Amino acid sequence: MTLTRRTFLGACAALAMTPGRPALPAKALRVGMTPAFLHTQHGLLAEWRGYMEAKLDRPVEIVQRDSYRETIDLLRLEQLDFSWVCAYPYVYLRKQVRLVAVPLYRMEPYYRAYLIVSAKYAHLQSLSQLRGKVFAYADPYSNTGYLVPRYQLRTMGEDPAKFFARTFFTYSHHKLIQAVADGLAHGGSVDGYVWDSLDALKPEITRRTLLVSQSPEFGFPPVVARRGVADEDFAAVQKMLVMMRYDPRGKALLQRLNLNGFILGHPDLYDKVAEMMRAFGED
Amino acid sequence: MRFLLNLSFRYKVPLWGSLLIVATAAIISSTLLLRSYEELKSDLLRDATGQGRTMATTLFPAILHDQVWRAYEIIKAPFGRESGDSPGQAEAFVVLDRRWQVYVSTDPESLPMLADFRRLAPEYAALAEIIAQPGSETRLLEPDGSEHLFMATPIREEQAHLGTLVQIYSKKVLHSRFLKSAEQAALIALLVTVLLLPLGWYWGQRTAVPLVRLTERMEELGRRLPDDLAPELYDYQDELGRLYRAYNRTLQELREKEQIERQMIHSERLAAIGKLTAGIAHEINNPLLGMLTALDTLRRHGELSPRTLKTLTLLERGLLQIKETVGALLVEAKVKSRDLAPQDVEDVRTLIEPQAREQGVSLRWDNRLEAPLPLPSSSVRQVLINLLLNAVQASAPGGEVSVAITAASATLSMVVVNGGQVLTEMQTAHLFEPFANADAHGHGLGLWVCYQIVRQLGGDIAVESEAHDGAGRTAFKVAIPLGTPR
Repeated sequence: MTLTRRTFLGACAALAMTPGRPALPAKALRVGMTPAFLHTQHGLLAEWRGYMEAKLDRPVEIVQRDSYRETIDLLRLEQLDFSWVCAYPYVYLRKQVRLVAVPLYRMEPYYRAYLIVSAKYAHLQSLSQLRGKVFAYADPYSNTGYLVPRYQLRTMGEDPAKFFARTFFTYSHHKLIQAVADGLAHGGSVDGYVWDSLDALKPEITRRTLLVSQSPEFGFPPVVARRGVADEDFAAVQKMLVMMRYDPRGKALLQRLNLNGFILGHPDLYDKVAEMMRAFGED
Repeated sequence: MRFLLNLSFRYKVPLWGSLLIVATAAIISSTLLLRSYEELKSDLLRDATGQGRTMATTLFPAILHDQVWRAYEIIKAPFGRESGDSPGQAEAFVVLDRRWQVYVSTDPESLPMLADFRRLAPEYAALAEIIAQPGSETRLLEPDGSEHLFMATPIREEQAHLGTLVQIYSKKVLHSRFLKSAEQAALIALLVTVLLLPLGWYWGQRTAVPLVRLTERMEELGRRLPDDLAPELYDYQDELGRLYRAYNRTLQELREKEQIERQMIHSERLAAIGKLTAGIAHEINNPLLGMLTALDTLRRHGELSPRTLKTLTLLERGLLQIKETVGALLVEAKVKSRDLAPQDVEDVRTLIEPQAREQGVSLRWDNRLEAPLPLPSSSVRQVLINLLLNAVQASAPGGEVSVAITAASATLSMVVVNGGQVLTEMQTAHLFEPFANADAHGHGLGLWVCYQIVRQLGGDIAVESEAHDGAGRTAFKVAIPLGTPR
């Protein structure tokens, strides 16, 4: 973890003592990362940070949290300047954050939720067959890992709270795939992008899961900025991200992230997510 | 069994030794094995207890906050790290809630979440009953007939009891591990046995072979006197070594006894022959003398034709020859004679020398007599002459005959040595018997006469004949005590 408790408290103190804005150029940009992608690739993150620092010509701090909730709280508390968040937290925080950029995955700003089952229970071929089984969720603030399957159940006329015999959160799509692969859960709903990336990286894990169905497409987890970020910082970061695909080093990083690039997105991309949230009265 | 006990020591000693070695190796290795099994088990127990407590402590908050995945990560962690054949390797860990439902397990397939633990397997039901009994600490449970060992640790903090962590270990792992050590132990035992067996066998042979040799010789004793045992066969001071020496000593004594017996028989025979000879000689002498007197009378007084005269002369010559022979047999040593003077010996020398020269034999003379000795000179001279003539005849031309005559310790000693052919055993055995050695040179009464004279004088005569430096060396030794009654 890049940020220890001590440096975090130190940063808070520093913020409190220097309320003046815009931030001095030397002030570090704090960028949050969530388990929206394979966030355990620490080497890749460090390189990306170096890339950002080089392009922005200022220090960048990467802040990682294991649950979406913590990232949401940090954004709300203005402890983060930018953050890569899941679609659900973005919609949840829509009023407090600005959309900076949307990743391009398979040349589209979309991703899907995959319904997977353990290869040990290959007979389970649909969501309805998972009734009374053990089901793994990724995070209570995850779109594909929580909102989507619950919405699908609701559409089927089921009560998501009673449909499964047991559910649990793994707080990471990667671990969710692991839980299903091990047979701890009969099935789970996972970020399709993460499953595809892991499939390319560690097929021995994904091979122990079966892809049962894919959801419709949703806007890809975006990079957002808190409202208070200075316009020039916002613009600089947006430019840096969008230009990554045209930069050799940036392109190499994107390749490792299994993405094609970043584009300027539009909040409309996430309307479907907002609709599902409304169905649960959470918007 | 009888057959085994009847075996020769040659096989029995090494066999028993080997048996002891094998038995010792077996006992030691099985003891070690038993120990290693107990250690293996206590190791497992210790490791499992520590692991169980650690896990139970960290599981408490995870279960309290219903973090299934966290709990799974906690119990799964040891499986990732340990290698396959470690004795501490568990088959599965399972967390049970208070209602015996599987909260989470490392083997979701056979221990699925929410399943009633008691119904998953009959032994689990029995296990649950034991766990349900009061007792807060980690417990090792080993249900009878089960292939598993169970370690149950309550998940609790102060008064809050959330469930039980059960670590399931397969005895198979323990067994295979045990078999592995058993194999090693067997290998070592085998190695030790292979190393020790030849040693034991060698030691057995070392003890048995001398015993066997001794036995063989003792068995021969009845039939004949066996050979000595080579002392280098067993040159130690222990009982066997002492037995060896005692045997050799006994053998030596037996030999001496046998020799003495042989000598006695020999001299008894000679004495018997002497008596017989003397008796016959006397019996012959009496009529002989009569016949000779009759012949003499006839010749003197009768008017005899020349033809009769010739016949009488022939008869007389024959009777005289008989008389001479019989006279030679009738040895009379104790005839009246003067004492032996040194000059008597020198006279013998003068008498013999021409003979020796004729034969091409040199004489080495060593006469140490200085004063007359109280022995009949004629008898002693006769003995010396006979021995010397004998020696000269036995010598090859160019040979040497040596004579040594001394008087010391009240004994006259005469030694006559020649370098002629060695006497055969047969010759030695009958050397002093009359006519035994008759050949071209004489009737063979010389040594007989010597023997009779020496014996009558209370002395001894002995012969030693042996090969010496490629040539023979035959020595006649005569010892006559002085001062015997005349």
